[in-house]
Amino acid sequence: MASDTGWLRTSAEGDALTLQAGGSWTVECAAALDALVSGLRADGARRARFELSEVTALDSAGAWVLRRTAKSFEAEGLAIEFAGVAPPFEPLLRIVEEADRQPHEPLRVRFNPFFRLCDRVGYVLIDMVQETRLLVGFFGVTVVSLGAVLIRPRRLRFVSLVNQIEQTGLNAVPIVFLLNFLIGMVMAYLGVFQLRKFGAEIFTIDGLAFGIPREMAVLLTAIIVAGRSGSAFTAQIGTMQVNEEVDAIRTSGLDPVEVLVLPRINALLITLPMLTFLADVAGILGGALMTMGSLDLTFGQFMRRFEDVMTLSNFIVGMVKAPVFAYIIAIVGCFEGLRVSGSAESVGRMTTRSVVESITLVILAEAMFAIVFTVLGI
Amino acid sequence: MAEDVVIRVEGLKTQFGRQVVHEGLDLEVERGEVIGVVGGSGTGKSVLLRTIIGLNRPAAGHIDVLGVDPHSGDPAAERAFKVRCGVLFQGGALFSSLTVTENIQVPMREHLDLPQELMDELAALKIAIVGLPPDAGPKYPAQLSGGMKKRAGLARALSVDPEILFLDEPTAGLDPIGAAAFDDLIRGLQQSLSLTVFMVTHDLDSLAAICDRIAVLVEKKVRVGTMADHMRDSHPWIREYFHGPRARAAIDKDTHSAMV
Repeated sequence: MASDTGWLRTSAEGDALTLQAGGSWTVECAAALDALVSGLRADGARRARFELSEVTALDSAGAWVLRRTAKSFEAEGLAIEFAGVAPPFEPLLRIVEEADRQPHEPLRVRFNPFFRLCDRVGYVLIDMVQETRLLVGFFGVTVVSLGAVLIRPRRLRFVSLVNQIEQTGLNAVPIVFLLNFLIGMVMAYLGVFQLRKFGAEIFTIDGLAFGIPREMAVLLTAIIVAGRSGSAFTAQIGTMQVNEEVDAIRTSGLDPVEVLVLPRINALLITLPMLTFLADVAGILGGALMTMGSLDLTFGQFMRRFEDVMTLSNFIVGMVKAPVFAYIIAIVGCFEGLRVSGSAESVGRMTTRSVVESITLVILAEAMFAIVFTVLGI
Repeated sequence: MAEDVVIRVEGLKTQFGRQVVHEGLDLEVERGEVIGVVGGSGTGKSVLLRTIIGLNRPAAGHIDVLGVDPHSGDPAAERAFKVRCGVLFQGGALFSSLTVTENIQVPMREHLDLPQELMDELAALKIAIVGLPPDAGPKYPAQLSGGMKKRAGLARALSVDPEILFLDEPTAGLDPIGAAAFDDLIRGLQQSLSLTVFMVTHDLDSLAAICDRIAVLVEKKVRVGTMADHMRDSHPWIREYFHGPRARAAIDKDTHSAMV
């Protein structure tokens, strides 16, 4: 049907220009038609007549090319006339003309790149300040709500709490164990091969006993949990927000913080220390296997050295951090989830944001702990 | 013209797992008509639309759209077929990372080789045709209201001048004034662009106002007819649907406006 490409013949008679169009004027050959009409000049003509009797197919793209050509002639002061328009094409030409008569605005807005940069930097800064303010506010809200539940423990949502413990704790056991086991092995490997230069390979065990329970295990576990559970909190609450479930909770006279946020905070407060303990064990086990293998030690020999250097305070320093990290991950996850608005797209955006933010805050907190413990000399 | 069938569905059977949605469904749509598809919740209105445009594979039966089987598996034929069909999904389904203008240009870019300037002009033209304000072009879908998203989705569906326009609940979620305006728009475009429109809807007003024929999904098949035909049908669901108070109001309104 649309095999015959559109064509255009022009002929001039005195001051009258005749444009004879034919074939199919459709979007498939719009590029060719566009090139065809771009070469047209009025050449002193006073009238232009579009003869369309041989047009076999016309769509809005073809109609637009005709209309635009007519318009440019009109701007040059020519009188325009359309002739031989087949009845089925009339409404199309009319609708294109009407649409064209409406005011046009640029389709793209361009900015100076420098202003754009300034705009973005400023926007990000203001956003960060506001975010921090709101997050601190949310922290306060959760503390108050937690206090209220502690006074009246019946408002503790037990089923929801157990469910969250299963999801954030039990289901995370394999991955936390595996990753910490592997990191323990890597640490031992690095220690053995670096310390061998000084003939001090045995101090690898000191490194493990000091590094894993104190820093590595808890930090790694917190990062895994932030990626696993923090993102899940945001996605779950965000989806509820999109479905207006959170509004339904509010209108039912319930407090979303108490119903949605507290069980998640409490669950992480319970599970993250437990996972950290598991991570301690896994990391040391991985380290032990690696050291035993490369230094030809028996497990007994490893443990004797380990007992000499491992202290209770090392373990406690690691464990103290766990609930703090848990609180950070839980409130950031829930906070970003509650900030989801409108579309499903915003759930994705907020989830990314929540993971980045909680990992950043966890590492910041880790650094603060390091400073405090160093000053206290623990 | 009556012989010019653009969509032909024969013996269609669709099922999900063990749940059979359509069985032995036959449907013919003629060029230039507006056909409305109605049916109760879960009778597979949207499934029918998705099957016809090739998004959903039927378990049995044959589909022919513009002489092409959308499930033939021949990429060149399917590609050519997609240029000739425009689809408006329920929520507009605009690409959220692109502006309205870029959304409209996606099919042009994909299927045709047009100079950028001409694409910009055509996008502006489509924006005007669907009745969006001119400043909507550089906006992102998130900045538009529901009604504007539908109009923008319609502009994208019309981007390369399709022959058949598929609409999935075009007026759902619009206020009555917006819905009536959208109906007028579709009717106007259908006439001026000589489109065939296949419309899934729940909106009795749109059915009465713009559909030439109505296909009712009952018992896994369709019953096709005009509004008057369905009024006489004795099937209980169809009776209830076309004789309910809402249907009466819609029909009265339409006949009234036709008389005025």
